Amino acid sequence: METLAHLRYLLAENPLTLAAAVLALLLLVGAILGPSLAPYDPLATNTSRALEPPSWGHWFGTDQVGRDIFSRLIVATRLDMVISVAAVSLSFALGSCLGACAGYFGGWLDRLGSRLMDTIMAFPLFVLAMGIVAALGNTVQNIVYATAIINLPFYARLARAEINLRREAGFVEAARLSGNSDARILAVHLFPTVLPTMMVQISLNLGWSILNAASLSFIGLGVRPPTPEWGIMVADGASYIISGEWWVALFPGAALMAAVFCFNLLGDGLRDLIDPRQRT
Amino acid sequence: MMKNANRSSAMLHLVARRAATALPSLLGVIIVAFALTRALPSDPAAYFAGPAASQQAIEEIRSRLGLDRSLPMQFFAFLGELGQGSFGQSLTTGQPVLEDLVRRLPASLELTLFGLLLSVAIALPLGVLAATHPNSAIDHACRVISTAGVSLPVFFTGLLLVYVFYYLLGWAPAPLGRLDSFSTPPPHLTGFFTIDSVVRGDYQLLATTLAHLALPAMTLGIFALAPLARMTRASMLGVLSSDFIRTARASGLSRRTILLVYAFHNAMLPVLTTMGMVFSFLLGANRRGGAGVLLAGDRLLRVGGLNSLRLCTRPGFCPDARRPVCHAQPVY
Repeated sequence: METLAHLRYLLAENPLTLAAAVLALLLLVGAILGPSLAPYDPLATNTSRALEPPSWGHWFGTDQVGRDIFSRLIVATRLDMVISVAAVSLSFALGSCLGACAGYFGGWLDRLGSRLMDTIMAFPLFVLAMGIVAALGNTVQNIVYATAIINLPFYARLARAEINLRREAGFVEAARLSGNSDARILAVHLFPTVLPTMMVQISLNLGWSILNAASLSFIGLGVRPPTPEWGIMVADGASYIISGEWWVALFPGAALMAAVFCFNLLGDGLRDLIDPRQRT
Repeated sequence: MMKNANRSSAMLHLVARRAATALPSLLGVIIVAFALTRALPSDPAAYFAGPAASQQAIEEIRSRLGLDRSLPMQFFAFLGELGQGSFGQSLTTGQPVLEDLVRRLPASLELTLFGLLLSVAIALPLGVLAATHPNSAIDHACRVISTAGVSLPVFFTGLLLVYVFYYLLGWAPAPLGRLDSFSTPPPHLTGFFTIDSVVRGDYQLLATTLAHLALPAMTLGIFALAPLARMTRASMLGVLSSDFIRTARASGLSRRTILLVYAFHNAMLPVLTTMGMVFSFLLGANRRGGAGVLLAGDRLLRVGGLNSLRLCTRPGFCPDARRPVCHAQPVY
């Protein structure tokens, strides 16, 4: 109850977070209902109506082969959201387990895990993702894996630091004295204390993951045309921007930006909720 | 004298210890880079041999490249080459990778520096203003601008800028390279076209270079805005609430002196650290990586035939002319 009141106070203080929450809801609706909301078939081409500017018939205009950009945009929401949510869940599950164990048990596990994360961090992360997708093959599944791998260190380090800090805390000692096993202490007593900080990371990471997936598609790795995907749509439109057909690239780019923007703002809002001192 | 020598040796010791902790990661990076290059589906031997080559010719090239040996053998050969400072040949240009890197690096550096300069020029005043007026309109504006900057995919920012400044306004030159097709690059001194043209006293060339630099630098600058503005704001807020600022205020120093001399100087330390990070982010390498990773990463891309993408922070480097935009890589 108190949290709710605090939440309301924060939202009133910061209208941006409210806007971000509304936007996130909209994205969710688009992802779930996507195909049934689209007025046209996202793959249906119609060369006689190619590159038409936005009009009442086609809100966002048509692309170089006459596909309706608005419909493609809406249908693409699901794919982009699924990629980022899947990748972030994977790296959250794996990373927090690894980090929590490293932080709690220490020793060789900690050293090995930390070096492994350092190795990942040593690469320019996008280049690493490119390499992974190129090596494993050009599929949606592999984009998810690549995105999960490059996000792994953030979760592992966060979980390790937080758990390490509380390992000797009073409540942990008490739990240990009352006969709880290490595994139980980790899962029941320690892990929940890390979750709030993790939520902030997850929210920020969702935005990055969307950006990463779209960037991979943009350079031709990952999702393949004609599948509607925001990055591909921007890449499609890139060649027409020089000749003035701005709508082909602008709308998918704006959708991409809105999605990332909303997750970033949500992450900031969550951070304010959890730890007001950290606000930057 | 003795004390000084002791101190410097202690310092050296510290530096050596710090550097040694990077070794396992470096080894990890080399292993990952090697594994990725071998896992790529393309066949370098077939590529070098050309499309008309017979199976026998391909096999010959394969054995010359050492690709017919076992993986561990190849790995040690790779290590040996790295140790001698050799990074192999680029698949796209046929030149040694090191040479390509040295030739292209100044262009990337120049662009990154200008991008950083631009974002510093905007981010620092913005951050300071936001910190001195917390929760005001300018504070919110700072938050929106910096969040928006980091949310924009770099490839999309580039496109937007090209559309506005090239197509709509006609201010920017065609986004196709470092220079117009009819101007010749200045004689090679530093590889920075801006510096080289100033040294030669060719100010027209300088203007052309700057005009071509403007859009890509803005693209990178917008991305770098967020971390810099946020760090400046946070750091200024911290310093402004500290005791020595209170004392300075109590001693009756002017607001200007307090802000610029006392607060700003002290607040710059974390901002400088961030700047270093952002610079290496912008260059496309992570802060831990340094030069070794840059090269290892390039080898990785080289075998994948993706070489051009990495240093293609300038449109002119892109072999794929269909996308006349700079796609500097998004950073994390």
